[in-house]
Amino acid sequence: MDRYLDRLNVYASRLVSQKEYFVPGHRACQGCAEALALRLVAKALGRNNVIACATGCMEIVSSPLPLTSWEVPWIHVAFDNTAAVASGIEAGLKVLMRKGRIPKQRINVMGMAGDGGTSDIGLQALSGALERGHNMIYVCFDNEAYMNTGIQRSSSTPFGASTTTSPAGTVVPGQTTWKKNMPEIAAAHNIPYVATACASYPFDLMEKVKKASDIEGPAYIHILSVCPTGWRIPPQSAIHAGRLAVETGFFPLYEVEKGKYRLSVDLPTLRPIEEYLKIQGRFRHLTAEMIDEIQQRVHEEYRKLQKKVEMTNQG
Amino acid sequence: MAKRVGMEVSIAAAEAVKQANTDIVAAYPITPQTHIVEHLSELVNNGELDAEFIPVESEHSAMSVCAGGAAVGARTFTCTSSQGLILMSEIVYAASSLRLPMLMILANRSLNSPLSIWNDHSDVMAIRDCGWIQVFADNGQEVYDHVFVGYRVAEDRNVLTPFIVNLDGFILTHVIEPIEMIEQEVVDRYLPPYQPLHRLHPDRPVTMGCFGPPILFTEAKKAQDEAMNKTMPHILQAWQEFGDLTGRYYHPVETHETEGAKIIVVTQGALGETASVGIEHMREHNEAVGLVKIRLWRPFPFDEFRKAVKGAELVVVMDRAISYGGPGGPLAGEVRAALYPEESHPRVVNFIIGLGGRDVSPGDFVEMIQQAKVKPGEWYEIHGVRE
Amino acid sequence: MAKPEHEMTWRDLNVGYVVDEPGNARIYRTGDWRSQRPIYNPERCIRCGICYIYCPDMAIRILADGSIEHDLYYCKGCGICAEECPTGAITLVDEEE
Repeated sequence: MDRYLDRLNVYASRLVSQKEYFVPGHRACQGCAEALALRLVAKALGRNNVIACATGCMEIVSSPLPLTSWEVPWIHVAFDNTAAVASGIEAGLKVLMRKGRIPKQRINVMGMAGDGGTSDIGLQALSGALERGHNMIYVCFDNEAYMNTGIQRSSSTPFGASTTTSPAGTVVPGQTTWKKNMPEIAAAHNIPYVATACASYPFDLMEKVKKASDIEGPAYIHILSVCPTGWRIPPQSAIHAGRLAVETGFFPLYEVEKGKYRLSVDLPTLRPIEEYLKIQGRFRHLTAEMIDEIQQRVHEEYRKLQKKVEMTNQG
Repeated sequence: MAKRVGMEVSIAAAEAVKQANTDIVAAYPITPQTHIVEHLSELVNNGELDAEFIPVESEHSAMSVCAGGAAVGARTFTCTSSQGLILMSEIVYAASSLRLPMLMILANRSLNSPLSIWNDHSDVMAIRDCGWIQVFADNGQEVYDHVFVGYRVAEDRNVLTPFIVNLDGFILTHVIEPIEMIEQEVVDRYLPPYQPLHRLHPDRPVTMGCFGPPILFTEAKKAQDEAMNKTMPHILQAWQEFGDLTGRYYHPVETHETEGAKIIVVTQGALGETASVGIEHMREHNEAVGLVKIRLWRPFPFDEFRKAVKGAELVVVMDRAISYGGPGGPLAGEVRAALYPEESHPRVVNFIIGLGGRDVSPGDFVEMIQQAKVKPGEWYEIHGVRE
Repeated sequence: MAKPEHEMTWRDLNVGYVVDEPGNARIYRTGDWRSQRPIYNPERCIRCGICYIYCPDMAIRILADGSIEHDLYYCKGCGICAEECPTGAITLVDEEE
């Protein structure tokens, strides 16, 4: 079950359709890998897609009245209810087709939110939607803080990161809790498909999104979205940073399909976490001790993941 | 022939939602609305109502599901009370500003704290300015009827505003009343399928819910304000047509013996019927007392109200909620605002009654009216509190 | 979009301020944000399309012969294309004025 790293598919870019459903003129920062991820997700889901979006970076940059960057139907209602709005869209389309009021056809229903709108304020709505089993794809664009309001911490902010509400101070050195494992929380709802992805691996991302849309029932995709502005890296390094996140094991790429774990790329040796941390200004203040703690934790979590792959693929 | 049956009002409400061929029911149980949700889930599971019943995990999600459903063009329904209403209130404001038609039945119940499952109007008064059309039903028949009127008005292309039907918790939800059920083919004639103006569909992609920069936000709100101010003729039209089909005609303000009345009592909700018993008693003793019941709360029927109380010297307003630190009850505030532009206006006395399910008898109304005659001009008084 | 924002009246808005012109944000010139602009060297380009797939602003077009073209109306000068190009066919220079 080996998968090659995307860098080996050098010419695959040329095979991708040039049609964009998320169009230029959006107001994301220079080098925003979240906008890139969103572009790829929209490409993968295509024309027949209805999107419910939470308040956040992507919502703000794509919908300044009277302009819109969307070429698919899209709605924003609030910050904390994406999964519930998506549930309503899914239920509405289903019943209208059943009653013959709109033609029967396949229409993807997508909910999208940031890490705030997913693992914090939007967690309840997400959990409810996953439990109810709506046929939809939920995509979390995780830039690891409440970026749109000014880089405040979220439960997705990694240990040690400096944000405006978990600043690296003289007494408390940044975020003191570990990143909430949202893919595992989604998997615990026993939904048919969970995957992690990163825009630095664009084909892996698009394939996972397509797969999620083909599966009946709820699918959850967690995308690590490099944010040069909030993570304090130069814009041109956005893709490079995402690659390091994966290669150090900080953000493993994997899928959970009907409870079976599968690594998208198994790395026999992980790069030292320091390589990932040291390029980011938000980790500039880390002591050797903290880096060591993070390294141990990353290795531990990766081992656990490998064990899950082993355990769920037996027999 | 229309059937007349004795039915619990909650069940009648659910039956109306069924007859309206609602597409999505998304509601979270909360006393005293539970029988409505329960009966609807039975109707769906027995195949009597072809709808998606979404057992949401909170009221906030109930309103959000309705918003998503309405946005794709489905007819949606939710019901709640009290805490549930306040929890969903974030999205209640969004639903009206996004101009998404939907129907909410609100079983009026007191707001915490203290926790009270019993009836008063503090819940609906908290969302007074939310931009929904709001009516009060005073008995079971009116609840049943206004499910149809509600959808009809909300989905009207000239209105496109969500609609709340208020009914008093327990006092109405849990009592058995005679309900004249409307034949299905009459309902179908009155209420055609929902045809949205805008809908989320890939064939014609639209963006709903942009953020509003300061350069355009005021214009967006003006548009919403204009829309609300223009709804009255369409509400009246919907009531007229309903009356023509069923013989039951509704009005923004219902008057009872106000001809030549020097004292007029103003109520909202089921206690109006109790008040009328007390007023009858006083009329038998040759007191010129009348009753005005506010049926349409939003948009407030200023002209109709002023006309209804013309000639009165004393207006006694019965509120079922307090505006702390404010000028008494919310209804009294609107009444005073309505009367202010008049060159001369009656004295307005405000009683707060029936908080948290406190019983109010016809005798109480008589007592309050007698007190009002000699009351000095303070803002309000809570009636019946043990000092 | 017919009118600029500051001239739009409340009557110009659709019901529920729905925007029914998909992708009308294309009118917004994000290219004005640039402080550096990309320079493309077609001789070095191996026509892999990696720059195209990695552009967060969809400001790179792949032409019929596989070479690319930057859309300077939108290009924010982030430099991702230059960084990711395997042969260094894209470089960034400072914007004039």
